[in-house]
Parts: sequence; C-alpha cells; structure tokens
Amino acid sequence: MGKFKENVIQPILDCWSLIVGLKITGKYFCKPLVTVHYPREVIDDENLRTYGGHVELIGKPKDPATPKCISCMMCVTNCPSNCLKVVKQKAPKPTPEQEAAMKAAEEAGEKVTAPKAPKNPAKFTYDYTLCSLCGTCIDNCPVKSLKFSNNIYWVATSRKEMNIDLLARLKEQATEFPAPAPKTEAVPAAAEKEA
Amino acid sequence: MNAFLQHLIPLLIAAVASMVWLGLNALVWVYCERKFAGHIQRRPGPFEVGPHGVLQPLIDGLKLMSKQLLTPDNADAPLYWLAPILSMVPVLLLYLPIPYGPVLTGMNINLGLLLILAFSSFNGLAVILAGWASNNKWGVLGAARAVSQTVAYEIPLLLTVLAISFMTGTLNLVDITTMQGGHIGNWFIWKQPLAFLIFLVAMFGETNRAPFDLAEAESELTAGFHTEYSSMGFGLFFLAEYGYMVVMCSVCSVLFLGGFNGPIPGIEGWWWMLLKTYALLSFMVWVRWTFPRVRFDQLLNINWKWLLPLATFNLLATALIIKL
Repeated sequence: MGKFKENVIQPILDCWSLIVGLKITGKYFCKPLVTVHYPREVIDDENLRTYGGHVELIGKPKDPATPKCISCMMCVTNCPSNCLKVVKQKAPKPTPEQEAAMKAAEEAGEKVTAPKAPKNPAKFTYDYTLCSLCGTCIDNCPVKSLKFSNNIYWVATSRKEMNIDLLARLKEQATEFPAPAPKTEAVPAAAEKEA
Repeated sequence: MNAFLQHLIPLLIAAVASMVWLGLNALVWVYCERKFAGHIQRRPGPFEVGPHGVLQPLIDGLKLMSKQLLTPDNADAPLYWLAPILSMVPVLLLYLPIPYGPVLTGMNINLGLLLILAFSSFNGLAVILAGWASNNKWGVLGAARAVSQTVAYEIPLLLTVLAISFMTGTLNLVDITTMQGGHIGNWFIWKQPLAFLIFLVAMFGETNRAPFDLAEAESELTAGFHTEYSSMGFGLFFLAEYGYMVVMCSVCSVLFLGGFNGPIPGIEGWWWMLLKTYALLSFMVWVRWTFPRVRFDQLLNINWKWLLPLATFNLLATALIIKL
C-alpha cells in the first residue's frame, strides 16, 4: 500500500506544484519591470550601495587620503587569486646628525631604538582581471581597511588599465569627498559609507 | 482539365497563404516569446530596434540569412542539407487541412487529421538526418535523444486523437469542428478532459518545447542535433519548431476547444480559432519560462509510465461508452 501511495498518489498530488509555479510566474508577469534602460537611465546611488564591485581601501576617518591599512599582508596572504600587491614602507634612514646622536647614546649605555617604519603601505596595487570578488581580503583585514566599492561603471580596453593603484584611488576619492569633521561618532561612519 | 484546375488553383493559393502564415507566425511568436520571457523575469525584453523592439525578429532574420553556410568536414553533404529542408517543407503541408473558418480551410479532406499526424512525424526523420550527417558526436547524441522523445510522445498523442475520432467517427477536421458547434458545452474538452490534458503534455514533448526540450539541451549537448548548422540551416529548424507549435496548438483548439465556434451560438469565425490557438501558444511560452528542464529518464518515464497508460485507458473507456 505504501508503494502505491508513493508511486501513484504522490505524483498526482505533486502536479499541484506545477500550478503553483505557473501562478508565481504569472504574478511576476503582471508586476512592473525592475530593470532600467542603461545608457539612457542609470539607477540611483541608493540602489548602488548594495553593489559589491572591485575592492578598494578605506581611509582613516580623520585623514581620508591615507588608508587604515597597516601593511600586515593578511589580504595578500589570504587572496586565492593573487590579485593584491602590497609593499611595506621602509624605515627612514637616519640623518648623519641623528646617527651621531644615536651612537653617542649607545656609548653612554642607553638603550637605542632605530626609527620605526610607518605602518602605511608604500604601494597597494590591485589587478581586477584576476579578482574573483570573493571578499576574503575584506574578511581577513584586521583593521577593516578594505571594502567592496559601489563602482559599476568601470570598463577598460586593456588588461593594464584593470591593474589599478588603490592608494592613488583613495587619494582621488579624498579630494572628491573632503575629510568630514568628526565631531560625533555617527557622522564619520555615515561618511565612510558614502565614500 | 477544367475541373482539375478548379481544385489546383485554390490549393496553390492555400499553399502560398500557409507559407506566408507560417513566416508571419514565426516572426510574431519569436517576438512575443522574448517579450513574455522578459516580463516574467521583470525586464523589458527586446527594446532597441523599432518601437518596443518590434523589428527585432526581422533584423534577427536578416542577420541569420546574411551568415555563411558551412558544411562540416567529412559530413554527408546531401543529407546534411536535406535535413533542414525536410524539417521545414512538411510544416507547410500541415497548415492546409486546418480549418480557420467554414470557408477558410486550405484543403477540406476527409483525412485531415491523419495528414497532420503523418507529416508531423517527418520532423523526427529530419532531426535524425541532421544529427547523423553532421559528423559530430553531440549531433548524433542529440538526434538519438530527439528521436526517442518524438517517437515516444507521438504514441499518447495518437491515442488521444483516436479517442476523439472514435467519438466523431471522422478524421475530417471541419466535420469535427462543426460537431462542436452551438454553445460552449459542446466542446470536446468537457467530454474528453483527460485526453485534453494528455494532448497538452504530449504537445510539449512532440514540439521539443521546454520543459521537454531535451533534444537541444544546450548545457548537456552543446545544442543537440543542430550543433553544426549555421545561418538559415539553423534558421529553418527554428522556423519549423515555431511552425509545429502553431500547428499543434491549432489542432488542439480544433479537437478540444471547438475550433472556429464561439462560446455562444451565433458568433463564430476565424477570430475564435486564432484566439484559442494563441491562448494555447501563450500557455506554451508561459510553461517554458516557468518549469526547469526535466532529466531525460524522467521525460521518458512521464511518457511511458503515465501518458501512455492513461491515453490507452481513455481510449478504451471512450470505445466502451460509444459502444454502450
């Protein structure tokens, strides 16, 4: 009896799902369109906010031209497609006066520390032709310095143009959207989203 | 001689008219299908060429015709080029016995239904020739699948049609239509609801339409039997598919929905026939953009395990009731 139910009754009952499917597509047929005719119309920025485009850097809230990035290389290590390149900054060479001062201090028995390298990266390039937009770099960034951009209009005619300098892009964005005055905590967060 | 001419001239006119009708229908339905698909997916569909993209199918046709005709290496050239022609020419013949009106019938013959069923089987032959002559393994595989499908689905189709002709005692499509005259209650869909459903399902299988478009499953077979065809070689198969769709829907509306008879006595004419046929065509398009493609074994199981026994049962029941 179970087999009869499984092989005969159930398939007939399952036919109802076909009607349900037709009902759904029929309903969608009558609904208004959701696409726009691209070259003539573009969608507003509100809708672009959810778009995950290429990766880009996030600037410091007080200084949007420099990234939050600390050159830890976590994004480069975790990137499955090797599309990110980060070059750390070298420690500045001490001037002869400083060197002499350091030597003197060392001879005097004091503990001397060489000047440290700034944490900001010297170079941060990104090859969009290799990127699969998996977001692993974003997830692994310990200082949250990477994000998906909302840029949907990026086209290029050669592979080279798809290889961009993210630091330069950040600087450009910083001049376009000047640094917000961080008075309350909510304002910079919103400004970050905008940028 | 005079009598011969008297029959020949209307027949020639009907043949030319059905050619035009086929081309027109294909143009309109390619456009309509793309629009339907667009709106179901909530996008506009073709939009750029002409107002709302109405010239799109024409331009597509021009593009298709301007492409180069290629014959693959080591292909069986005569058979290879015979296949699209063989798929197209019988379709023209299929339009002749369809009654669009009491007068507007290309060829009022007693064996109209038989002619349609017989010549629609040519599609299977065209498909297997195309697949075999292409010298391409995907082509052969596609053809094998297409033939096992069309042959399988032809049987329940024939059995349901047979049930109708048991009831009416004729194969003449005009007679079958006039028997359904009067009001909507006389339509055979009420007397043969099961046959109507089986016919509807078998129609999809017979015309290679989604969800039963296994013959040209592009993901599994790269395109199936017409993988190697370029330009109008492919275009003819494409036209033939739409031609078969229109024929099948016309036959369905003649057999079950009363053909040119209106739902109320008094108003009848070719517009009813067109309305019913196009409603069925829209339904086919609707189904195509709703259901995913079935697996091949499922396709054959639906046919052999469900449609065939049901059609046989329906036929026997009809015979029994007629006899009583």
